[in-house]
Amino acid sequence: MSARHAATGPAGGAPSGAAPDGLLARLGTLFRTTAFKLSLAYLLVFAAFAFFALGYVAWNARRVLDDQIVSTIEAEINGLSDQYASGGIRRLVSVVERRSREPGASLYLVTTPAGEHVVGNVESLPPGTLAEPGQTETAYSRVGDGDRLDHRAIVRIFTLPGGFRLLVGRDVEERDRLRAVIGRAFAWSLMLVVGLGFLGSWFIAQRVLKRVDHMTEITRGIMAGDLDGRLALAGTGDELDRLASNLNAMLDRIGELMRGMREVSDNIAHDLKTPLTRLRNKADAALRDGRDPDALRAALEANIEESDNLIRVFNALLMIARLEAGNAREGLADFDAGAVALEVAELYEAVAEERGIAVTAEVEDGLVLHGSRELIGQAVANLIDNALKYGAKAAEAKAAGAVAAETGTAGAGAPDLTVSVSARREGGDVVLIVADRGEGIPASDRGRVLERFVRLETARTRPGFGLGLSLVNAVARLHQGSFALEDNAPGLRAVLRLPALRDAAA
Amino acid sequence: MPDMRLLIIEDDREASAYLSKAFREAGHVADTADDGLDGYALAREGAYDVLVVDRMLPKLDGLSLIRSLREQGVETPVLILSALGQVDDRVKGLKAGGDDYLPKPYAFSELMARIEVLARRRGGGGGTETTSYRVGDLELDRLSHRVTRAGQEIPLQPREFRLLEYLMRHAGQVVTRTMLLEHVWDYHFDPQTNVIDVHVSRLRSKVDKGFERPMIHTVRGAGYMVRAGGEA
Repeated sequence: MSARHAATGPAGGAPSGAAPDGLLARLGTLFRTTAFKLSLAYLLVFAAFAFFALGYVAWNARRVLDDQIVSTIEAEINGLSDQYASGGIRRLVSVVERRSREPGASLYLVTTPAGEHVVGNVESLPPGTLAEPGQTETAYSRVGDGDRLDHRAIVRIFTLPGGFRLLVGRDVEERDRLRAVIGRAFAWSLMLVVGLGFLGSWFIAQRVLKRVDHMTEITRGIMAGDLDGRLALAGTGDELDRLASNLNAMLDRIGELMRGMREVSDNIAHDLKTPLTRLRNKADAALRDGRDPDALRAALEANIEESDNLIRVFNALLMIARLEAGNAREGLADFDAGAVALEVAELYEAVAEERGIAVTAEVEDGLVLHGSRELIGQAVANLIDNALKYGAKAAEAKAAGAVAAETGTAGAGAPDLTVSVSARREGGDVVLIVADRGEGIPASDRGRVLERFVRLETARTRPGFGLGLSLVNAVARLHQGSFALEDNAPGLRAVLRLPALRDAAA
Repeated sequence: MPDMRLLIIEDDREASAYLSKAFREAGHVADTADDGLDGYALAREGAYDVLVVDRMLPKLDGLSLIRSLREQGVETPVLILSALGQVDDRVKGLKAGGDDYLPKPYAFSELMARIEVLARRRGGGGGTETTSYRVGDLELDRLSHRVTRAGQEIPLQPREFRLLEYLMRHAGQVVTRTMLLEHVWDYHFDPQTNVIDVHVSRLRSKVDKGFERPMIHTVRGAGYMVRAGGEA
């Protein structure tokens, strides 16, 4: 990745100069990732939390220590006060003197009213400290340490009768050492939290970035024309995986549409060239040997007819393509599919009767769909037209003699010349069925005839372009329904299954 | 309907020239406009019987043009010509204020028949629908759903009645097969077979059978016409 960045940069020359550029760009990309920013935000929250938690612990520890020191001082004072009460200043001085020699953290000092040292283990204090009775924290130096006030203590100062001053206190070195330890622990843990957090963010961002980079690379390849490229799934089912699988589904759909388009254009090239050539040749022939105005006229009329057929094919193809692309959703409304089946059956009934074929319609009430009445009408029309054209063909051929002799009196052995149209509700679906008693379509061909321009050998001699069933299929798909050809034993059953509108009965 | 004044708004000059020549040969007056703005200006001031408007026009597209005309109170009937023939395109065209919609390519006879119907609708005091039609000795009562010829009742199926009703409403005018499919069955697809012809010939056998002069005439290469007298 970084190499690519460097290569696209203007640096051009030495790779040593380009590498830091690439690294910087890479870092920039990393810092801009959402994962990194999110981790950083979490890190800040955690650091703040750690800061407060540790601060609270430190503060409490100090308070406990201070309380302990103060209560020790309190106990000493109580003892000394007893001594003073029983033996006066002398007794106090002797006790203080004795205690001062004992090792430990306790501090004592008795001074004259002028502040001169009488007895005790405190050498010196900041000036004026003894003038203010009460408890305070102060610097001091021990006897033998000179005047450097490099120790600290909590002390209590009393003024005794006669102006003598008594100081009782305790060194706080222990406490301060403990405080320093807590402080260090505090700093370390903060640093650790921040450091680990930063590394964690870095790691997560890197991981995410790597996957996104991978996606980018593949999508770039797809944009460049590799339409079969697909994003790899990590298999974790996380949001990136979901995104990748959605993108893959989208790519599949696009690929499907592209293949459809390619198929259409291939078919157009192949199947429309033939009639166009025929058109051209007819015109050419008429031009060459046509001195007779009537013959020329007939040729022109034939050409117009042929052109109209071509236009029909184009229209049907465009319509199918448009339906399959799914963008004919405008102008959809609620309508009664049963009524449509009846109307279209009635429309074809007359022409069927002329050919000696009966069209029967059996329709339930209230088969309401949401969709295009026009398209469903056209689909049913295509199915009936097909049934009349092919379905009744075999039967018709056999029956030709009988029909010519006498229509209307179908003998016992006469072939069934019926096309039945039915519409009914099955569960949540409206099912439109057009069935005939002809020779049907072999099971192996039933899927194939739904494709564009596919015509079975038996149908080659009949007019048509092999688009009728493709259109029905596309209409079914547009309505989120399905279309299937089934065996009517004998004959063909074309089944158009469409989701009914809910609460249609109401 | 003779001597109509037509305005063709179409940017394809070849198509426009073909149309105006054909209209003039049929005895009408035809003006042309090459783009939407010119067409709009002409349509606003000229007293035209029918406007023929292409959907895709430079400067101002066909649908906007029609919408603007309707907003300005110009009620001249409009026939929309369009290369877009899908159902929803038709709906959009009619919503914009068009009166009829013909997808390209079309047969001139189809266009002419539709224009005549539009012009007649405008001329013949459109609003008031008559309750009965009479052509020669053929009578159709829309209220009682009775059809009589020379006083003799002709029993018709509901669809046959509507078919005859449409033909008689446009008596003396050519009515094409697609017009019949549109108005009698309310479908706009191309049935590809002669379904309409069979319905008309059935109707004809009921209406004209036993009478010397046929009422329902076939107009070759165009459609049908109900007209009193003349040969079949």
